[in-house]
Amino acid sequence: MSAANWRRAMNLQNPRPAATNSPAPAREARVRRFAFENPVRARHVIVLAFLLAYPWFATPFFTYQIAAQALALGLIALSLTFLGGYGGMISLAQMTVAGIAGYMVAIFGTAATDGVTLGWPWWLAVLLGLVIATLAATFIGWLSVRTEGIYTIMITLAIGVAFYYLVLQNYTVFNGFQGEQKVFPPVLGGVYWRDATPFYYLALFWALAGYLFVVYLVRTPFGIALQGIRDNPRRMHALGFNVTAHRVAAYAVAGVIAAVGGVLFTWYNGLVTPGSVGTHWLINILIIAVLGGMRHPVGPFLGAIVFVLLQNFAIDVIDRERFNLVIGLVFLVIVLFSRDGLLGWWTALSARLSTQRGATTWKAARGRLYAR
Amino acid sequence: MTRAWKVFWTLVIAVPVVVLTAWGLQDNARLFVVTFLNGLTLASLYFIVASGFTLVFGLMRNVNLAHGSLYLLGGYLGFFTAQFSGSWLLALAAGFAAAALVGLAMQVSIFRFMPGQDLRQTMVTIGLSIVIADILMWAIGAQVHQMSPPPWLDGPIRNLPVIRAYSTYRFSLLPLGIVIGVALWLFLNRTRVGMMIRAGVDDRAMLAAAGVNVNLVFATTFAIGAGLAGLGGVIGAVELSMVPGEDTRLLLASLIVVIVGGMGSVVGAAIGAAIFGLAETYGLAYAPTYSVVFTFVILVLVLAFRPRGILGRPA
Repeated sequence: MSAANWRRAMNLQNPRPAATNSPAPAREARVRRFAFENPVRARHVIVLAFLLAYPWFATPFFTYQIAAQALALGLIALSLTFLGGYGGMISLAQMTVAGIAGYMVAIFGTAATDGVTLGWPWWLAVLLGLVIATLAATFIGWLSVRTEGIYTIMITLAIGVAFYYLVLQNYTVFNGFQGEQKVFPPVLGGVYWRDATPFYYLALFWALAGYLFVVYLVRTPFGIALQGIRDNPRRMHALGFNVTAHRVAAYAVAGVIAAVGGVLFTWYNGLVTPGSVGTHWLINILIIAVLGGMRHPVGPFLGAIVFVLLQNFAIDVIDRERFNLVIGLVFLVIVLFSRDGLLGWWTALSARLSTQRGATTWKAARGRLYAR
Repeated sequence: MTRAWKVFWTLVIAVPVVVLTAWGLQDNARLFVVTFLNGLTLASLYFIVASGFTLVFGLMRNVNLAHGSLYLLGGYLGFFTAQFSGSWLLALAAGFAAAALVGLAMQVSIFRFMPGQDLRQTMVTIGLSIVIADILMWAIGAQVHQMSPPPWLDGPIRNLPVIRAYSTYRFSLLPLGIVIGVALWLFLNRTRVGMMIRAGVDDRAMLAAAGVNVNLVFATTFAIGAGLAGLGGVIGAVELSMVPGEDTRLLLASLIVVIVGGMGSVVGAAIGAAIFGLAETYGLAYAPTYSVVFTFVILVLVLAFRPRGILGRPA
């Protein structure tokens, strides 16, 4: 679809009821141009510099256990944010896709399981893992796009749990309860990529790549059409867009992101077991995405940081066994009191601050647009 | 669908079923019949739990993903009531009442404030289910709680043809499921409150305008739906066992049952439960490794041809 077509599509409707108090049309044109121009701001540079310098002042524990884990988990949750925030489809099977990638890397590559792994070179295993996981994600998408809203959640949950039972009960390929142990990244260029700092940079590279990819993709005609479908599938269908194809494609794209995250997370853990694709983790990914906020690709990474910090330090606050209670309560508070996770609070806060400083209304409007 | 297609699909489904049944009976009739009964009694439990789920969804479009937690809660309370009083019927009542009260509290304090916000309700109930599951584990522990059946249902029924003997308790689940199903159907289709509920499904605002206290109707339905989960919990505490993780299992079973059968339909839930229960039990008996995959294949097939379930209708 051409740019003119989607612009017409976007102008035809008023997607959100909140937009009724939007500024005058002339202003709106200004706002829209502004949002698309010059996306790099001071805060982006500061955050990037901080991320790059981080391992030089953080302890290996903070580099590996906290930051690298948060980046890998954030990448998996990013795939859900893309699907949910921009496609309007909440899939609980994203961890399943990630798990499939992890399992494939272990099965085609090397793991400490006799007779199961094929021992092919790591790059081939990773490539196959990504391809197979993406195909699986496309298949899951093809199954679940026939349904909407709640049905999607339930069907993807059912698919995810079915995969969990499959790997739990199958010993010939997936090695049952034990799963695949000792799945490590390769030694490449004299660097062992599982050491804290190299792994951090590896995770950071792919997390940034995923982030920028999503930021770019949601502004392409495909991304805009997807958001149109999220807001009103019937109108988009009437405009000649193939709604089903766009949705399945969104699942495939999200599958690639989740697969990369899955390979990283498997390498991080050094293993992939049925436990890592169980209901618990399916829901954890949803928690991470919702905790951060689903309207911007930075959300899942924020959510992942909070999640990992809670996971590691809830022990100090109360009993280690009660982690689920803490994360469950935090999740409840966020979904009960914020419309869009931590990002929602951030947007509300910055909107309030900017009005207090006497900023013009269009600045607040830009905030709204940007947050979307 | 034309007549010819209907005949074609009936044949596609019926021929393999008939062939497999004939093979199963010829190969080992006892195993086949016992598996059939086990499947139906498991289906009865699934139906009781899932009918509560589908009732709540059918009327209020509230997706209560904490339904499994209510099942677990009812089961534990039933277990302790039975231990304390020695009465199984009292345990059933306690399980029903506890789950109904918690469900009522959820409806009044949470769902009433977010009508129509499906996704938010889902998130909140997911959060609730995590919290409830962890509190239950904290209070009761992770060990297995197995309840014994009441004395008058204990032991086997003897002198049956083909299978010789079968557990009385398990067998009694079949009439229980049927009674609950028929009662629910009569309640929804033949009583005044049931009429209000069905009217509320179609047009909530009009029902309120007709002078019905819609909030009260909603609260009642939610309590009954949640109570059915608790009732199922007490039954399941004998038939299966109570242990953390069962909540997810029963939630998943309810989901599959209502997806296959069609949301908001009691008859659909019965059909879905029968298919799912039989598929799971036959899978476990004849191909233990891949029993779950069978269930999954059924789910996929139903969705591919009837995206809203066998008896589902557009929302």
